[in-house]
Amino acid sequence: MDVDLLIGIFPQVLLDGITLGFMYALIALGYTMVYGVLEFINFAHSEIFILGSFVGAEVLLGLQARGAVEAWSPFLLVLVALLVGMLASGLLAAGVERVAYRPLRNAPRLIPLISAIGVSFFLQDAIRLFESLWRNAFNIVYPPMDVMNERFELTPTIDISVKSLVVIGASLLMLWGLHSLVNRTKIGKAIRAVAEDQAAASLMGINVNRMISLTFLIGGAMGGGAGVLFGVQYSLINPYTGFIPGLKAFTAAVLGGIGNIPGAMLGGLVLGILEAFGASYLSLLTGGAFGAEYKDILAFSILILILIFRPKGLLGEVVRERA
Amino acid sequence: MTTFRFRHALTALAIAALLLPATAQVVAQSKGTIKIASQSPLSGGQAALGEGIKLGAQLAVEKLKGNLEKMGYKVEFVPFDDQAKPDVGVANAKNIISDKDIMAVIGHLNSGVAIPSSEVYKEVNVVMISPANTNPVVTDRGYPNVNRVCGRDDVQGVVGSEFAHGTMKVKSAAIVHDKTQYGQSIAEFFKADAEKKGIKVVAFEGTEEKSNFDPILTPIKAKNPDVIYFGGIYDQGAPFFKQAREKGIKAKFMGPDGMDSSDLTKIAGKSVVGMNYTSAAGPASALPKAKAFVDEFKKKFGKNPEPYAAEAYDAATIAIKAIEEAAKGGKKVTREDVSTAVRKAKLSGITGEIAFDSKGDRLKAQYFVLTVVSDDPAKWGDNKIVKQLTIAPPAAKK
Repeated sequence: MDVDLLIGIFPQVLLDGITLGFMYALIALGYTMVYGVLEFINFAHSEIFILGSFVGAEVLLGLQARGAVEAWSPFLLVLVALLVGMLASGLLAAGVERVAYRPLRNAPRLIPLISAIGVSFFLQDAIRLFESLWRNAFNIVYPPMDVMNERFELTPTIDISVKSLVVIGASLLMLWGLHSLVNRTKIGKAIRAVAEDQAAASLMGINVNRMISLTFLIGGAMGGGAGVLFGVQYSLINPYTGFIPGLKAFTAAVLGGIGNIPGAMLGGLVLGILEAFGASYLSLLTGGAFGAEYKDILAFSILILILIFRPKGLLGEVVRERA
Repeated sequence: MTTFRFRHALTALAIAALLLPATAQVVAQSKGTIKIASQSPLSGGQAALGEGIKLGAQLAVEKLKGNLEKMGYKVEFVPFDDQAKPDVGVANAKNIISDKDIMAVIGHLNSGVAIPSSEVYKEVNVVMISPANTNPVVTDRGYPNVNRVCGRDDVQGVVGSEFAHGTMKVKSAAIVHDKTQYGQSIAEFFKADAEKKGIKVVAFEGTEEKSNFDPILTPIKAKNPDVIYFGGIYDQGAPFFKQAREKGIKAKFMGPDGMDSSDLTKIAGKSVVGMNYTSAAGPASALPKAKAFVDEFKKKFGKNPEPYAAEAYDAATIAIKAIEEAAKGGKKVTREDVSTAVRKAKLSGITGEIAFDSKGDRLKAQYFVLTVVSDDPAKWGDNKIVKQLTIAPPAAKK
């Protein structure tokens, strides 16, 4: 075993893991907010995430066709794509809630879950149909922006690309914005009140339906933003790309304590870093017997261990059973 | 009374409808329908190659069905979409064998799909002629109905490692594969021969990941190999190579025929310019007889044929000739006879001379090493041939 190599790549793997972790954290917010308010898992969130990625790609490709990729600053381009992607995903999430979940709100818990899975499949194929009609393509490639690929060399072996910095920076901003919204504004207070007790909140004059729509809108927007950043970072998406990151983000939300916003962030970071180390180190540590393909098993094993020994997650509080 | 008359009119119409086509087409249709199927991914990430296979076969059927039609058969081409998934391929295969009119299957693209599907074809001995399946297992099972017009990975992998060692003079290699029957096995053939020749293999990894290759690339970057070989298909290889360059890895890139699609440059852009790949399908420029095919293909479908479209054309040609052979003398065409006729077939096709050995491998298959010359997907056909070999398949092991 090459100890120098193991130590040498450690900071680089950590950096890659943090970038990935922020992406998971952003997606996880959608799961955790919906769970916090409605106590149910929105399994269509993977597709809401990937829709944001597609909208971002369409915006960038549209701008590229008009020559804007060369003329504009790439940071402005990404910002525009990010905002449009967030808006589209937020609206879609709120729309899905209105059509597929609200009519089932008083049904047993299993029913909206099934509805969510149905919506998820529907959206996958709807995106696929649209892209094959519109572009006659299955894989969509984000337009290359050279500045994004430039790298800052920290040491000869460790460097970080501009786009990783963009991902981390944008994620931090979005997380900070969400945190302020939920904890420092009236809307946030109302959302928290609805999460606490819908009936009591409604008696206090809070429009419960509107707050739930807003929760979906915000959670969806975070997912859509993550989708655009995902495209900028990894450049290739297809209608089914969302599934695995969505599942990992769900894991991250549970890991951090579902329903808990800082928990989703922590869970995302832990999972991203674990995955990066798993994929990079497994093969080096086992002399090639286990390779990168086992990284997901590692991540999910840790999830299972956490659930056994700390079922409410790292930062979770015990969810009060409703009377 | 009106209803009564109406009913009469209906009956008369129905009788007329029954009689008319029977009298008009009684000669042409007396012998029934013969269908030729294709199976390849028509949707999903590998559709570019799969569509090429379908269109190549379709072109051959439409062009050559005349003889069979003169004999009194109606000839149909029926394409199936296997989505590059083994379960879908097998489900389609079951439909194919239950349709008694289907006399031959042209396909698949993926060895991992062709192998389980051909187990189904074997049940009723319907012939499969593969334009693209390079995994040795496809023919090594010795099935009488399974044939291929392309080369094999145990040869192709060695062609690659020989080129890496002899021409590129690399000293060390990192090898990554996609864990499929095709990708992993060609990566292993490459690795085994590379090690034999003294190339140091610094990493050998499998991954199903399609977007984030950072964790695999970081250790590879630290080990600084001369070449990175990716055993797999372009929809995964392209983002892998793109991210490798973006990460500042300076190694040369290599891959097998799974990289041979214009989508590679569509996705990876200038990262893959200069990359070498091996192929069992030559570009049209290497096939003197293929020019007419390329022109015809472009005229009919409005685009350049992808790699393996010409092989599919030849495969379908063999199928049609074999069906004609089986129908000689007014005999009823059986799947058994078609299968036997294919194994004995000799064709001077657009990809060269085709004949099969006892297990269904092409005698004298061709292998190419090519270099990507441009990041423009439309110029994929211009890729430079740096080496061209004709190698016989290894003898059956048993």
